Amino acid sequence: MSGEESVAAVPGAPHSPGLAHTPLYRLHVRLGAKMVPFAGYDMPLQYPAGLLKEHLHTRVAAGLFDTSHMGQIEITARSGDSRDAARALETLLPIDVLGLEAGRQRYGFLTNEDGGILDDLMVVNLGARLIIVVNAACKAADEAYLRAHLQPACEVKILPRALFALQGPASGAVLARLAPEVEAMRFMDAREVILLGEPCLVTRSGYTGEDGFEISVASGAAEALAEELLRDPAVLPVGLGARDSLRLEAGLCLYGLDIDAGTTPAEASLVWAIPPVRRRGGAREGGFPGAARILDQIAQGAPRRRVGLRPEGRAPVRAGASLYASETASDPVGVVTSGGFGPSLQAPVAMGYVPAALSEAGSRLFADVRGQRLALKVVTLPFISAGFKRS
Amino acid sequence: MLRFTDEHEWVKLEGDIATVGITSHAAGQLGDLVFVELPKVGVALKKGAPAAVVESVKAASDVYAPLAGEVTEINAAAEANPALVGEDPQGAGWLYKLRLANVADLGHLLDEAAYAALIG
Repeated sequence: MSGEESVAAVPGAPHSPGLAHTPLYRLHVRLGAKMVPFAGYDMPLQYPAGLLKEHLHTRVAAGLFDTSHMGQIEITARSGDSRDAARALETLLPIDVLGLEAGRQRYGFLTNEDGGILDDLMVVNLGARLIIVVNAACKAADEAYLRAHLQPACEVKILPRALFALQGPASGAVLARLAPEVEAMRFMDAREVILLGEPCLVTRSGYTGEDGFEISVASGAAEALAEELLRDPAVLPVGLGARDSLRLEAGLCLYGLDIDAGTTPAEASLVWAIPPVRRRGGAREGGFPGAARILDQIAQGAPRRRVGLRPEGRAPVRAGASLYASETASDPVGVVTSGGFGPSLQAPVAMGYVPAALSEAGSRLFADVRGQRLALKVVTLPFISAGFKRS
Repeated sequence: MLRFTDEHEWVKLEGDIATVGITSHAAGQLGDLVFVELPKVGVALKKGAPAAVVESVKAASDVYAPLAGEVTEINAAAEANPALVGEDPQGAGWLYKLRLANVADLGHLLDEAAYAALIG
């Protein structure tokens, strides 16, 4: 039989040449994780519980994810005035950084001159400094890009820290045992919190559609903190496999699949992140790469749209599958960019790009899967309802 | 008797009917299965032709015909409940049965010892 799984499944095996380790590598191996290469790191795909159990557990209790491979970049203004750093970032991102209050976080993306997306990220305002959390595969390019455009007015510093995500309805109670003040945090709040005596940055956010936290901690303290969190009976370690199925059910983009330098925010259905102040007529209209094209598309609509797709049968429809307007049409009209099986939905789910005319919920398209045309319907995202603590 | 392919299928012969499934090793490598697609009864398969598909959350894997033959029966229980293939891949999780074009061909497949050596 064929298979895409490339799993180096031997615990304790010597580190694969060329792959980096996060501060939690030894813990993953000790826990019996199946390790796989990801963005240049040796990362846990799943632990002995398996992908399905890890996914389902996260939606009813709490999952702990190692996301240390991602980039954490600190931006400070040499002027000492944090608003200068915000203004500088606004020349690269179509979001409201200046209006982001201290103690808050916001989703955004770096754009290029064609209006495409260079990376998607979170911006955190900690008062004196801004922190940007970027995708692992893009972090080297993002660092170089930020340095090229923000220096010397701003200092751009990579933070060599560990990063975890604790996600699921039980995560608030779990983390509150270490720091009671996190109970009061609301979705997208950011706080500097002491955990096990270590200063950490905690945001109430994540990539699963559930309530949860992302925790930045010094590399040297990472293993002890992870082990402490795992001691809570509500918490299971969760790997990249379940991280992907969780985010897909939540309708969240994976950079490199659902969004890339060739997709604009309007095509990607991400214009909600571009606030009125940065749009036509706004006080700080444009002023970022690709503004003309991006703002035109907001006004007129984009010719294609990223949508949620539900196959009508039980066969998963995966990334790369061509989409057709009918069972017999010879030319594809779109493509699936993410697809798989949603364990919480007990059904296959996918996301892809379709022509604007076929992007309304209920539209029916056909995917080519192994030479057969399988029907799917456009549905609104997310596939599952979010559990965010908004109030 | 039980034979194996280097593509991780097992074959059990009874008369001229061969039952085919994926090995425990393959099932372990794949992880939780979420979808199984079986061939149609009556279809004639050449040796090595794609016969079925088993899918985990992350990826689809083809299951091949270990030998030439005609599909006589498929395991509807496995199609309805893909987890069965993962739980008992070499028993209740069998996939399909073939009337072999040539029973003697079975001798070309790996025996238990040779398969064990293959998976290491």
